[in-house]
Amino acid sequence: MSALRFAKTTSGLRPRRSILLTVIMGLLAIYALLPLFWLFVNSTKTQAALFSTFGLWFGGEFALFDNIVQTLTYDDGEFVRWLGNTLLYVVVGAGGATALATLAGYGLAKFDFPGRRAVFAVVLGAVAVPGTALAVPTFLMFSQLGLTNTPWAIILPSLISPFGLYLIWVYAVDSVPTELLEAARIDGAGEFRTFFTISSRLLAPGFVTVLLFAIVATWNNYFLPLIMLSDPAWYPLTVGLNQWNAQATGVGAQPIYNLVITGSLLTIIPIVVAFLFLQRYWQSGLSAGSVKQ
Amino acid sequence: MNSTPRRRILGAVAGLALAGLALAGCSAPSGGTGGGTGSADDLDAALEEGGELTYWSWTPSAEAQVAAFEEAYPNVDVELVNAGTNTEEYTKLQNAIKAGSGAPDVVQIEYYALPQFALSDSLVDLSQYGFGELEDQYSPGTWGSVTVGDAIYGLPQDSGPMALFYNKTVFDEFGLEVPTTWDEYVAAAEQLHTADPTKYITNDTGDAGFATSMIWQAGGKPFQVEGTEVTIDLADEGVQKWTGVWNQLVENDLVASVPGWTDEWFRALGDGTIATLVTGAWMPGVLQASVPEASGDWAVAPIPTYDGEPATAENGGGGQSVTSQSENPALAAAFLRWLNSDPASIEIFLESGGFPATTDDLSDPEFVGVESEYFGGQKINEVLTQASEEVVEGWQYLPFQTYANSIFGDTVGQAYADKRDLAEGLAEWQEQLVAYGNEQGFTVAE
Repeated sequence: MSALRFAKTTSGLRPRRSILLTVIMGLLAIYALLPLFWLFVNSTKTQAALFSTFGLWFGGEFALFDNIVQTLTYDDGEFVRWLGNTLLYVVVGAGGATALATLAGYGLAKFDFPGRRAVFAVVLGAVAVPGTALAVPTFLMFSQLGLTNTPWAIILPSLISPFGLYLIWVYAVDSVPTELLEAARIDGAGEFRTFFTISSRLLAPGFVTVLLFAIVATWNNYFLPLIMLSDPAWYPLTVGLNQWNAQATGVGAQPIYNLVITGSLLTIIPIVVAFLFLQRYWQSGLSAGSVKQ
Repeated sequence: MNSTPRRRILGAVAGLALAGLALAGCSAPSGGTGGGTGSADDLDAALEEGGELTYWSWTPSAEAQVAAFEEAYPNVDVELVNAGTNTEEYTKLQNAIKAGSGAPDVVQIEYYALPQFALSDSLVDLSQYGFGELEDQYSPGTWGSVTVGDAIYGLPQDSGPMALFYNKTVFDEFGLEVPTTWDEYVAAAEQLHTADPTKYITNDTGDAGFATSMIWQAGGKPFQVEGTEVTIDLADEGVQKWTGVWNQLVENDLVASVPGWTDEWFRALGDGTIATLVTGAWMPGVLQASVPEASGDWAVAPIPTYDGEPATAENGGGGQSVTSQSENPALAAAFLRWLNSDPASIEIFLESGGFPATTDDLSDPEFVGVESEYFGGQKINEVLTQASEEVVEGWQYLPFQTYANSIFGDTVGQAYADKRDLAEGLAEWQEQLVAYGNEQGFTVAE
């Protein structure tokens, strides 16, 4: 019945074409895609061709594969090490952050206990504090603990995601019916069993949304590792690429712009792939709670 | 591809963090140095005994030098870390100093940044190890840059006496004479830009290192430091001489507004858009490695002067120091001594294209007489080593020069951008520096 009505209303609202909107849409698409296009075009050039050819079109010999090989092998495969580090930080940091946020968000949404409002206030406050503002105090604290210049200095702060917690909380309130939990309890399921067999499945779209946020945040994390790490052996890709870029400066400059560009291209590929694979969860996660069922 | 704006913003953020952390590090310098006491004999004993060291450096020759050192002294294990290029490394070093741990034993520091770390007791005074005897090995300008009074806070590695690098092909094409005075330089700038509006005599968007070196060459002494007493006068005679010349170029749009060290800049050096560079003697290595397409175009001449009397300044260059956090300062000092005075190490440095600070090498006929293929067979080191003897004496940097340089763009850089009198920008720079210095616990006079 409701499906029928839904079909009717959409046919009544047949989308009208608007030339103006299409043009604006096209311009925005170009605006968004141009840097990517530039990145791809220039990663096919040699260092010399970068300086001597037009920036927005191919020129010189096609050196993409050569650049990729050089990027992966430069300075004993530094780039591969950084890629490994980034993956470590993403898997442990973003994965852990999502797991913790899911457990905590669900708990706060579905269990009533004294102090819940206080926790709510703290979490909301934490969402408002930018990570950059906390980087320096975190650095001083970690250096007292002797944890700077170790992977823990990146992983531990990444595990905290107040925003993810908040998102799961809001999502859990609507998507996990309390009646269902009560039914499970009456049937004798323990809280953990209820969570893992029932709630976690209902929470999946929210979980994936938070996971995507956390992956993107950890993958692009720059300022925290910049401050925490001084040994390139633990750098993530962001800081490492910037170090390569900075090589072009000053006495003894060794510009390797072609490798910086190719490295940047390689760096964004995994995150693009992650988005393409997870986007359907992402979409349903975004609209969660927008319509009351 | 030009990521400079982003890097600038990030740099500014990092700079803010540095400024915050630097508060304690820089305030109220007190007497005494860290690292205990020792003597020259301790160094040989330490090398014999061995141990582990951490060395921060971004020089291209560092890896080969460390390998050669470990071979000569198998008991010593040196871990080389590239903790970032110049300001990025200083931020990390300052953070580690503030945190009380995490600093390396030996660290590369450029001359302009050295006073900041020396005066905050972050570096070991090496005179206790008999480093005073090494003074004769280095050119006076570089030795002066690593010493504060009787204390020695590092050993010079390279130097950058300034010279005029010019694109001979462009000069010949437009019939320009190589300028020997700054008036001739301005005239050449006008002639070139009028003949071909796409070409400029040089580029400058406001670079603190360049401006301070130019003031140095003009005989200015805007920064005077005596313990915690600092005097800043960015309108002294030398400063006025420089702005008198440079204003003509900036106000009349005769310099290209291409920021240094960007891809655009390297390209402009290659295609003749930028016809000259007034910069340090380390530039040939950069040109050779990064602007290969201009091979045969460039030549070197002495830096133009104000009155025909030879005078130049140092631009860039630096050395290595031992940090107070080092747990084995004698061994660290021994490594440093080898690094910057042992012929085996300096040879590796020269092979990598570096310009030395050691007088033996600066006067070595083999080094002086080498014909550079890139420079069309010119014996460029004749000009450059001559320049190293003509550096104006008495220059001092501020004990918070890295901060000063970080705000140069916001003050003097604005005067560049608006194409107005640089003296106005310098006055604003001075105002902010005085305020900052006083906040840091210095007594700043104007």
